[in-house]
Amino acid sequence: MNYQIDNKGFYGEFGGAYIPELLRKNIDELENAYLDILESEDFKSEYARLLDNYVGRPTPLTFATNLSAKYQTQIYLKREDLNHTGAHKINNTIGQILLAKHLGKKRIIAETGAGQHGVATATVCALFGLECVVHMGALDVERQAPNVARMQMLGATVIPATSGNQTLKDATNEAIRDWIANPHSFYLIGSVVGPHPYPDMVSRLQSIISEEIKEQLVKEQDKQNPDCVIACVGGGSNAAGAFYHFLDEKEVDLIAVEAAGKGIDTSETAATITIGTTGFIHGSKTLLMQDDDGQIIEPYSISAGLDYPGVGPIHAHLAKTGRVKYISATDEDALKAAKVLALNEGIIPALESAHALAALDKIQFKKDEVIVVIVSGRGDKDMETYMNNL
Amino acid sequence: MNRIDSLFQNKNQDILSIYFPAGYPNLNDTVPNLELLQKAGVDMVEIGIPFSDPLADGSAIQAAAKKSLDNGMKLRLLFEQLKSVRKTVSMPLILMGYWNTIYCYGLENFLKDCQTVGIDGLIVPDLPLEEFELHYKSEFEKYGIYNILLACPETEENRLQKLISATQGFLYLVSSSATTGGSLKVNEKQQSYFDRIKQIETPSLIGFGINNKESFKYTCEYANGAIVGTAFIKALKNNKAEGFISELR
Repeated sequence: MNYQIDNKGFYGEFGGAYIPELLRKNIDELENAYLDILESEDFKSEYARLLDNYVGRPTPLTFATNLSAKYQTQIYLKREDLNHTGAHKINNTIGQILLAKHLGKKRIIAETGAGQHGVATATVCALFGLECVVHMGALDVERQAPNVARMQMLGATVIPATSGNQTLKDATNEAIRDWIANPHSFYLIGSVVGPHPYPDMVSRLQSIISEEIKEQLVKEQDKQNPDCVIACVGGGSNAAGAFYHFLDEKEVDLIAVEAAGKGIDTSETAATITIGTTGFIHGSKTLLMQDDDGQIIEPYSISAGLDYPGVGPIHAHLAKTGRVKYISATDEDALKAAKVLALNEGIIPALESAHALAALDKIQFKKDEVIVVIVSGRGDKDMETYMNNL
Repeated sequence: MNRIDSLFQNKNQDILSIYFPAGYPNLNDTVPNLELLQKAGVDMVEIGIPFSDPLADGSAIQAAAKKSLDNGMKLRLLFEQLKSVRKTVSMPLILMGYWNTIYCYGLENFLKDCQTVGIDGLIVPDLPLEEFELHYKSEFEKYGIYNILLACPETEENRLQKLISATQGFLYLVSSSATTGGSLKVNEKQQSYFDRIKQIETPSLIGFGINNKESFKYTCEYANGAIVGTAFIKALKNNKAEGFISELR
């Protein structure tokens, strides 16, 4: 089974580039250039240098002593929370900003939900002296004031998206419209979503996560492969990066955790793979939450970063082929898991990452198994939610 | 013969095509709007299938689509409304919608229903030409429904030639790099695009940003006519549809 993109930009039946002709030239330009740039020695050395001395990679693979004792197995935490700006998002923005620079772009467009990708984009734009415009749902602008302030301090212009329900989906629509109106800009997508080549490009840039896990496990366990890798999925970028180098290693169980919100049998959920059907959103064919008339349904999760009605096409394919097992955790499960991690290991995870940690309660492990859980981001941004709910 | 072809055979100048979303401003306005437009002398109409996330459209059309959805508009209902439209409306009718709603309805059912009610063509901005030719062209042909393609100022010459030869009925020329609902600003780059499209021999209409008599007349010099959407929706909203059409001409 092949889990990578084919030469037409599809993962099995999913993916592609379902875009208006207005974006054709931009997408063609990117598609023709991205692999050559990503594989060039110039790019590789500059990307590696920035990840090392700016982002702070490699991030630790922490053995979770107390959690391991609690669950009677060997649990490691991949610490993406220790990256500069506090999450895995910057692995991608560093890569894409270098690409934008190679393509000679001067103006960067991004969408953001909770603001993590917006902050990571504003950060690299400041570093490279490029104009940065971040589209953010008007409702999220209100809910995530500290991240709006961070983006502004970093010199970005934050434009509230007032269409639709004023959250991530609408911010993405507005970012794409901005790109249509400003075709010489670079659209810096924050997840493994959107038209080809974005899903593949972002997966490659996030694959540093699984690359490091392999190297780090050799030192810890004298083997490259864990028994199981667990990551949360909204659009799916940290999971795509965490699974990337394990996809062809059949002995590694891969588990992705979606946000069930208030439960997958309620109307307030974001578990796209669990309840979604095949359709088209933001330029790609994937699974999405829609009604029987093909109108997209607004998702719900306590975690703003998982609150997306679609999912990256790579995940639709990995679900369909059965390579990755997709489960879901409710708001309540995630809050509980965050509390367990804070009290047992002294780490406050992002609400998104707390969904991955919640899987520990849902799976039976053997005593000597090696489990890696991705802590995709830190919880500072979620303190208000934690204080109101714990 | 497809009504779109007949139109362009009989008329090659100042063709006026109007866009409005189905079920707008009120749910049952679709057919009365079409009858009004025919009476006002409009040459062709594009009926918008409302979608929650219309990427190529500006805020006015998105808001109108939302109103239509809130009114209870659904694709199934639209075909029901259009069941007898050919008794009173003879001009070419086009459906414009996004691929997800059509895919969800089922393409074959959709094309069959288009044929039954007398739809002549489709504009699906997010269905790329390559995808259409690879998978769907024969089904469109089976039901005699035209697939109308878009080109824009960023379209390069070889791509433009490809679109010209692949489009059916006419080529939809997007006036500028923008979503719908802006206004026409003719700068140097725009002018060179217009000069380029004036050479196109295939029937073509210019759309996006055409909102008054002046911009209609101007674009008609470079194509066989023009498409007016957002400005008409505003007129509909203010109950001034008839007056708006007579002022355009």
